Amino acid sequence: MSHWPLLSLITFLPLIGAAFIMLASGDEAVVARNARNIALSTSVIVFLLSVLLWIYFDPTTPAFQFVERHRWVTIGGVTISYHMGIDGISLFFVLLSTLLTVLSIGASWVSIHTQVREYMIAFLALESMMVGIFSSLDFVQFYIFFEGVLIPMFLIIGIWGHSNRVYAAFKFFLYTLLGSVLSLLAIITVYYQTGSTDIEVALAHQFPPDLQKWLWLAFFASFAVKVPMWPVHTWLPDAHVEAPTAGSVILAGVLLKLGGYGFIRFSLPLFPLASQYFTPLMFSLSAIAVIYTSLVALAQTNMKKLIAYSSVAHMGFVTMGIFAMTSEAVQGAMIQMLSHGFVSAALFLIVGVVYDRMHTYDISRYGGLVQRMPAYSFVFMVFMLASVGLPGTSGIVGEFLILLGTFRVSTLECFLAATALFLGAAYMLYLYRRVIFGTITRDDLRNMLDLTPREKAVFAPLIVLVFWMGIYPSSFIGPIAASADNIVKHVQAAQKAAAAAMLERDRLAGLPGSGTH
Amino acid sequence: MPVAALPDWLPALPELVLVCAAMVLLVIGVLRGEDSAKLVSWLSVIVLIVTLGVAVAFGGTRQTGFYGMFVTDAYAVFMKALVLVGGAIAIIMSIRFNEDHHIARFEFPVLILLSSTGMMVMISANDLITLYLGLEMMSLALYVSASFDRDSVRSSEAGLKYFVLGALASGMLLYGASLIYGFAGTTSFAGLAQVFSGSARPSSGLIIGMVFVAVGLAFKTSAVPFHMWVPDVYEGAPTPVTAFFSVAPKTAAIALFIRFLIEPFGALLADWRQVIVFLSVASMALGAVAAIAQTNIKRLMAYSSIGHVGYALIGLAAATPAGIRGVLVYMAIYLFMNLGTWAVILCMRQNGRMVEGIADLSGLGRSQPGLAFALAIFMFAMAGIPPTAGFFSKLYIFLAAIDAHLVGLAVIGVLASVVGAFYYLRIVKVMYFDEPLGVFDRPIAVELKGVLIVTAFVVLFFVLLPDPIVGGAGTAAASLFAR
Repeated sequence: MSHWPLLSLITFLPLIGAAFIMLASGDEAVVARNARNIALSTSVIVFLLSVLLWIYFDPTTPAFQFVERHRWVTIGGVTISYHMGIDGISLFFVLLSTLLTVLSIGASWVSIHTQVREYMIAFLALESMMVGIFSSLDFVQFYIFFEGVLIPMFLIIGIWGHSNRVYAAFKFFLYTLLGSVLSLLAIITVYYQTGSTDIEVALAHQFPPDLQKWLWLAFFASFAVKVPMWPVHTWLPDAHVEAPTAGSVILAGVLLKLGGYGFIRFSLPLFPLASQYFTPLMFSLSAIAVIYTSLVALAQTNMKKLIAYSSVAHMGFVTMGIFAMTSEAVQGAMIQMLSHGFVSAALFLIVGVVYDRMHTYDISRYGGLVQRMPAYSFVFMVFMLASVGLPGTSGIVGEFLILLGTFRVSTLECFLAATALFLGAAYMLYLYRRVIFGTITRDDLRNMLDLTPREKAVFAPLIVLVFWMGIYPSSFIGPIAASADNIVKHVQAAQKAAAAAMLERDRLAGLPGSGTH
Repeated sequence: MPVAALPDWLPALPELVLVCAAMVLLVIGVLRGEDSAKLVSWLSVIVLIVTLGVAVAFGGTRQTGFYGMFVTDAYAVFMKALVLVGGAIAIIMSIRFNEDHHIARFEFPVLILLSSTGMMVMISANDLITLYLGLEMMSLALYVSASFDRDSVRSSEAGLKYFVLGALASGMLLYGASLIYGFAGTTSFAGLAQVFSGSARPSSGLIIGMVFVAVGLAFKTSAVPFHMWVPDVYEGAPTPVTAFFSVAPKTAAIALFIRFLIEPFGALLADWRQVIVFLSVASMALGAVAAIAQTNIKRLMAYSSIGHVGYALIGLAAATPAGIRGVLVYMAIYLFMNLGTWAVILCMRQNGRMVEGIADLSGLGRSQPGLAFALAIFMFAMAGIPPTAGFFSKLYIFLAAIDAHLVGLAVIGVLASVVGAFYYLRIVKVMYFDEPLGVFDRPIAVELKGVLIVTAFVVLFFVLLPDPIVGGAGTAAASLFAR
């Protein structure tokens, strides 16, 4: 397999598909049909190719695999390479991106009927950018994908969104741009420190402790907005409510993970001392996010907003796990991100199903759906329980590992986070009761149709994954473990070395006559 | 005085070619009468291309001519190439526009050629006298072309405004030059560099003179606070002229600015850096904020161009080869994205009349997807969003700024770019999110289509092969420091 540029293929095949769609001509219905078909077949091929990554992935090593490297541009004697490769941290994010793209395209089959061609081009471009982010091993290349992803998402929210879409699209774009430009300056500083823009070189480099704090903060600005962490999360509910269903799926399923991925990939291993220094900050923000946004979710009357706030709460769990910096917690954070990728994507799809029929997200407009839509109610229940973290579903694995890992570091933090499990159950069950149970009081609900075969096909893979991950998580933890442990070990070693140096300095300063002053 | 092996005027060969050709074209125009505009325009484009070829073929190494008053090196060639390309594209874009507005006269391309000659002299100036000669030659031709649509009140007003304020700036520049001559006893750049090479602190008269010259040049580059003429002139001048204004004179002025500060005044970096930092911050801030409220796209582009100068000046403030390389890359990419945008603006015609409102672009994504796609590329590029070329122009600038420890300036720069992104996105929003209002006239002129395709191609695919521009800029910047 090593001779095949598999990663490049997965990254750029969607763009080729998009180019074909661009060339399609004829009247609007023909173009729309061709666009849908090309987009679906491209994304399916890309997904199958990405499954090959999983099959051929060697879970025993933390090193980067499927590496590709070509000279790209030389500036001032330093070569910037086109450098691709994945390890256990990025493998599943690539798979998540390719899978959710297939499902998004499937979910938009009939609900998008204007400018279908542009819509499909935007989604394929989005897929290309997402895969590119997770498989880039060069900072400049990473940044190009990282910021480039804003363009298709901005257009998706702005063109195919709901009534207040313009405001939401601008808020999304400017918020995230503000975060990322600061990380660009940090990337440039890293370049001058290491003399290379290569991520592998940077990972092996030790940055001076004072500089670490500044660089950490610059990266934090970028990733915290993406996660999103309280208090910079306010763009998320707006973006979700206004985005079309598939846009929300990608936003919640993949784009939110960019923040967590960034923390694990860059903040922890590059700046271990700063990470330690800022752990109380991260713990506080995470705890606030978990509890506060859960309470906010409880008060929502808009289904999409409720799920958006629950995303913030779940991602608070993730950031907490990452900065516990223990092996269990980091693995748990990874699993939690994957699980949230499936579950939140599914929940947005579920909301989208009734929105397509009723054109409202207002919870009070629903009720008693179980009588008309039994299959729908079942699917909703599965993902509702997975979101709550019922044993046997994917939700529990990550949460348990995170709590376990965090408990070793901070009991208080663990306690605060655990209260959120209770709150999470409260708002999800409350939502489910209001939408599904009860009697049908409105006439228009009496004519609701249950899931179509196409919709069932969209949900089926997610249901399988949710149970697979819940019942046999080893398939997922296996590839992640080596890389995650490697990062944790690296971080702990750096922190121990710094602590030892500090002790040594104190000891020398404490001994009379041994100091120079 | 070193004995030159070559005739003393050979370094100025491209300028001589251009100016002689301009005269010939003028004669052709006079002999063939008013209907020769199209012929003369296309011949001018050919002349510009030939001049570019001559400049590239004879330019590579550093040579001085006219007793050291004129210099050519890789840096000059790079900047001249930008000016010539800008001039050629501006003439191509003007052909149809001038015909439609009944101002198709053969003088127009000749004026562009003459002002381009002035710009090339500026770029190659190695003496305060040459500097002034080039600057005035450029300016006089530009004053006329700004009011070229002489029956239009707006165009005449633009020309007059540009002339009055430009004359004021020239006056300041001359005053500064005379102060420098008075205190240093020489007008030659090499001689000035000699004056500062000693360890003695230069007299304050010299510094004041330098600041006055810098003010004059800041006016020509349209840096804040010497930008007041820009929105009015950009709005009033015929659109192809505005397109030319926003690219070529700015590039030439920045080129001169750089050479003037780096070569003779390089030793006074600590003194002039604060001036440049101020100009840069003020331009970025004003460019970002003032454009938000604009409803006329030509005015919006005026403020946008002010903002872009601010970014380019970051590279000058760094004053390292990396910084100058950043400026050169910036100006090269700016040339393409800016001319592309102006080409789209030239396509904004409804029922035979030009429209300039941003709202007129409503729904362009649906009525003319190709045009909208091109403008969207240019807008994302102007905002500096990857993977467009605009990102790289900012990247190289910020690389240089961090290297020169101008972190504060870099932070202000990126923050201003986020604010600025708002109004570029607003254009994308109008095109794609809003309902269509009116439809622009079709078909688009072939020349405009060609310009659009070429510029959009460069801006979109620069990421694949950045080496030609970045490498060329690197060589050019190095040649400036190589003495």
